[in-house]
Amino acid sequence: MSNYRIQGATGEWEVVIGLEVHAQVTSQSKLFSGSATAFGAEPNSQVSLVDAAMPGMLPVPNRECIRQAVRTGMAIDAQINKWSRFDRKNYFYADLPQGYQISQLYHPLVGEGRIEIVLDDKDPEGSTKTIGIERIHVEQDAGKLMHDQHPTMSYVDLNRSGVALMEIVSRPDMRSPAEAGAYVSKLRSILRYVGSCDGNMDQGSMRCDVNVSVRRPGEPFGTRTETKNVNSVRFVMQTIEHEASRQVDVIEGGGTVVQETRLFDPGTGTTRSMRSKEDAHDYRYFPDPDLLPLELDDAFLEDCRNSLPELPDAKRHRYENELGLSAYNAGVLTADVDTARWFELLLAQTASKAGKQPAEVAKQAANWLTSELFGALNKLGVSLEESPITPEKGGELLALVADGTISGSIAKQVLEKMLETGDTAGAIVEREGLKQTSDTGAIEAAVDKVLADNADKVEQYKGGKQALFGFFVGQTMKAMQGKANPQVVNELLKQKLG
Amino acid sequence: MSVDTATVAKIAALARIKLGEDELEAMVPELNGILAWVEQLGEVDVTGVEPMTAVIPNTLRLRDDVIDADPLTGGNKRDAVLSNAPAAEHGFFGVPKVIE
Amino acid sequence: MTDLTDLGVAAIRDGVAAGDFTALEVAEAFNANIAAAQGALNAFIVATPEKAIEAARAIDARRAKGEPLGKMGGVPIGMKDLFATKGVQTTAASHMLEGFVPEYESTVSQKLWDAGCGMLGKLNLDQFAMGSSNETSYFGNVINPWKRNDGGNASLAPGGSSGGSSSAVSARLCPAATGTDTGGSIRQPAAFTGITGIKPTYGRCSRWGIVAFASSLDQAGPMARDVTDCAIMLEAMAGFDPKDSTSLDMPVPEWEANLSGDLAGKKVGIPREYRMDGMNPDIAKSWDQGAEWLRDAGAEVIDISLPHTKYALPAYYIVAPAEASSNLARYDGVRYGLRDLPDGAGLQDMYAATRAAGFGPEVKRRILIGTYVLSAGFYDAYYTQAQKVRTLIALDFRNAFTECDVILAPTAPSAAFALGEKTDDPLSMYLNDVFAVPASLAGLPAMSVPAGLDSAGLPLGLQLIGNMFDEQGVLNAGLAIEQRAGFTAKPEKWW
Ligand SMILES: [Mg+2]
Ligand SMILES: [Zn+2]
Repeated sequence: MSNYRIQGATGEWEVVIGLEVHAQVTSQSKLFSGSATAFGAEPNSQVSLVDAAMPGMLPVPNRECIRQAVRTGMAIDAQINKWSRFDRKNYFYADLPQGYQISQLYHPLVGEGRIEIVLDDKDPEGSTKTIGIERIHVEQDAGKLMHDQHPTMSYVDLNRSGVALMEIVSRPDMRSPAEAGAYVSKLRSILRYVGSCDGNMDQGSMRCDVNVSVRRPGEPFGTRTETKNVNSVRFVMQTIEHEASRQVDVIEGGGTVVQETRLFDPGTGTTRSMRSKEDAHDYRYFPDPDLLPLELDDAFLEDCRNSLPELPDAKRHRYENELGLSAYNAGVLTADVDTARWFELLLAQTASKAGKQPAEVAKQAANWLTSELFGALNKLGVSLEESPITPEKGGELLALVADGTISGSIAKQVLEKMLETGDTAGAIVEREGLKQTSDTGAIEAAVDKVLADNADKVEQYKGGKQALFGFFVGQTMKAMQGKANPQVVNELLKQKLG
Repeated sequence: MSVDTATVAKIAALARIKLGEDELEAMVPELNGILAWVEQLGEVDVTGVEPMTAVIPNTLRLRDDVIDADPLTGGNKRDAVLSNAPAAEHGFFGVPKVIE
Repeated sequence: MTDLTDLGVAAIRDGVAAGDFTALEVAEAFNANIAAAQGALNAFIVATPEKAIEAARAIDARRAKGEPLGKMGGVPIGMKDLFATKGVQTTAASHMLEGFVPEYESTVSQKLWDAGCGMLGKLNLDQFAMGSSNETSYFGNVINPWKRNDGGNASLAPGGSSGGSSSAVSARLCPAATGTDTGGSIRQPAAFTGITGIKPTYGRCSRWGIVAFASSLDQAGPMARDVTDCAIMLEAMAGFDPKDSTSLDMPVPEWEANLSGDLAGKKVGIPREYRMDGMNPDIAKSWDQGAEWLRDAGAEVIDISLPHTKYALPAYYIVAPAEASSNLARYDGVRYGLRDLPDGAGLQDMYAATRAAGFGPEVKRRILIGTYVLSAGFYDAYYTQAQKVRTLIALDFRNAFTECDVILAPTAPSAAFALGEKTDDPLSMYLNDVFAVPASLAGLPAMSVPAGLDSAGLPLGLQLIGNMFDEQGVLNAGLAIEQRAGFTAKPEKWW
């Protein structure tokens, strides 16, 4: 995984990457005020006197935001600090009403943790790498500036001002764009499992500050740049690719990399220096005197721990070990919490409707979901969330296969009809007479005809070309319009072919 | 530690207070007088002493996650929020154009 | 007929309740005094006679219907212009907030209106509460109604930052007023004007809606003619507020009902470190006299030590400016208040111009000091060191209170000084708070009570410092002094 190298004019370079991810905490109201956090509201409608930093306004922290950050820390196996504090980070900007951001520098809520990533998601059991997490702290989001509404003015909307963020700071442990991409995907997956962030990167619920430096392999870290607010996994990877080769060019051209803040331009896939942030920064952090130390008791922590769901790695292992799924399927089904939730509903429905244990129908359900349904939805261009097939409807269809009412190939047709008409599988099978037959007489007639029509192939089979068995099965099924019970077909063919 | 004119200018820039030459020059000895005086704190042996974090021993109270539970600290009051703005424009605060 | 403006809180409350006079008569009497004095004393930034009348009429109407009138029913008060008052300009005596009309009411002022008070107006103060003489107000000096008996006519400072409050209460422009105390801003002006003022334990009064100076020190409190009036008003102002994270979640004691000047069994500590070299003899005399009075009230007076006293003021002048530099960052010309936008200025230029125009010299000085001590490389040497010293100062008091119940000290190192006397040297002005600041750093309740006149005929105050939450002990010791000092002097009306 770590053999990603940039070929410079003077030799190979290694890239070193650390990420600071800002994740919006899922909560109804803001971190320090009661105004709402919902996305897309009218400008300045979700702004309290506190958020607008009116004179004499004071912050009171939201328990849910603290709880979600603690749960997130627990999910990445991190140290939870029972004693933490809020600090002020002082700077002037139009999106920062107080003139400071309430954040945590000296005593963050969450300390050292880790996340395991796999580079090849086709092979989740393949090589893994542990990325260290230095800390998670809780802080306020800033407001939003709009520059294109007026010729000489920028407009300030404070709806986001004061929304709770978790800043999740990784160690500089990543060595390739792919590793960084895998890290962001995995982190997003965990946050969504925990429910502490919705992970909507296009709505800004998750933004990455990408720290990149280059060095000769094995040498000390080079000077890094920080590219701010990159908002998709792909853009994170592009940022790194561009920034690393830019830095190599600078160094090989005889220059030095400047430690600076940069901006990613999705249009060109390049980064540029952020002039507005060029000011020498001196944030003058100090403990916020409006807030007392945050002390968490055991009961609070216990409650956080008990409310944690099964996390993606544990779920993936369980799917493999208890449900017997392939590593690949288990990986696909557990990557996102909504997919896993959908799969588990489907499995429960299938098992109960077919009167079987979940483990008995799990492979079938997993295969159907990952290939049949995903394929169909892909064609329709809709997500699983918007799928017209509910887990209940899917379970009914799969149960019909499991109990032998229809065959797998008929199931494909039924799915198509379900998508077309919105009818249930049972209704379609009934209406179209798709029930599988075990009528030995009819099947035997079909088998006889197939063998007679293909006498040459029968000869070859008998001469040792065993692979032709499948051909006879296929021809028989075709003759039966797919409705023959494949087990009966198999048995009869074996009998007749000797 | 004493400050010179350049340092005071830097501090004033950090604090976003524009100082004229005269103001700047006058401020230097004043700040130095105050700084020299507060530096007597360096005499105090603070070995093993924690910096004060709560004036009266007390810890942080957390509030419930409820929207607009108290109208005084809730949202939905755009007019009140904008009522004193030097430049309120179409529901926004207007500022001189920023180039990012 | 008695002059209603000679009455204090208790007398007005009881008189209105008894029907001896109406709340309207009281409000009108004070309104008239304010109108007559404004040109001379400049105690108010804005007078609100109509608000006082409206509240008085409401109280009189309630009385007519036999409804309860509240803890302070019918008492008109002055409101320091640091408290946000809905619909009434709130300036913190700054150009920055000139014309700022809040859409909200501070918790403390709201509690007072709920208790039946009416507002006579917004009182002048040092700009953003930074000062000890009221000379930093953008709206001009407040004048102390007292004059020296030396035949001269020097205008004296009313103390600061609550100088409008002290001047107004002393000059009978209001029976009581709110103050705020960060490093002595209630006690020192009370001492300078011959009135009584108490700063409660940090967290007793909500800071919500009070323009912040230094958050870990700011505390509101009453300023009135006597100890009883302070007890009544503090009861009305105090109480838990969920909007302030540092608010104390404790019931408000019945301070008025439990007032007692009998100090039998109590120990009063005299901190030896407060007896500084070159102490003003009048101050020393008054302090000794105070100890004698407390002994007379039944207390045992003992010598105590507060070893880090000397370092309180320098620690304060790091912590308070540091917090202020950050608290005042919100005044940037974007959402409210002054905006100075020079031609072609960008955002950051607008900030620098706005803040240059909106802040006075003392505010700028403190913001710069605060910015400097928090800046990279200096934070630990200044701020962290100061907060450690603060811990030691709090510890000094904790140790002292294992030996005594209340501490007696002077309030200020001198009586009121003349305007302009200390404005050239910021340090000499800062030293005025030398006795007041230690209790502020430790968050302890402390009050100033009038103790007599000095050789120049000016009032002196004595300070009582109590253990945390023990406002009662402070009030009771204050009452014991008040009963013995017999302080009835009032400034001769020259305005
Ligand atoms: Mg960052
Ligand atoms: Zn951040």
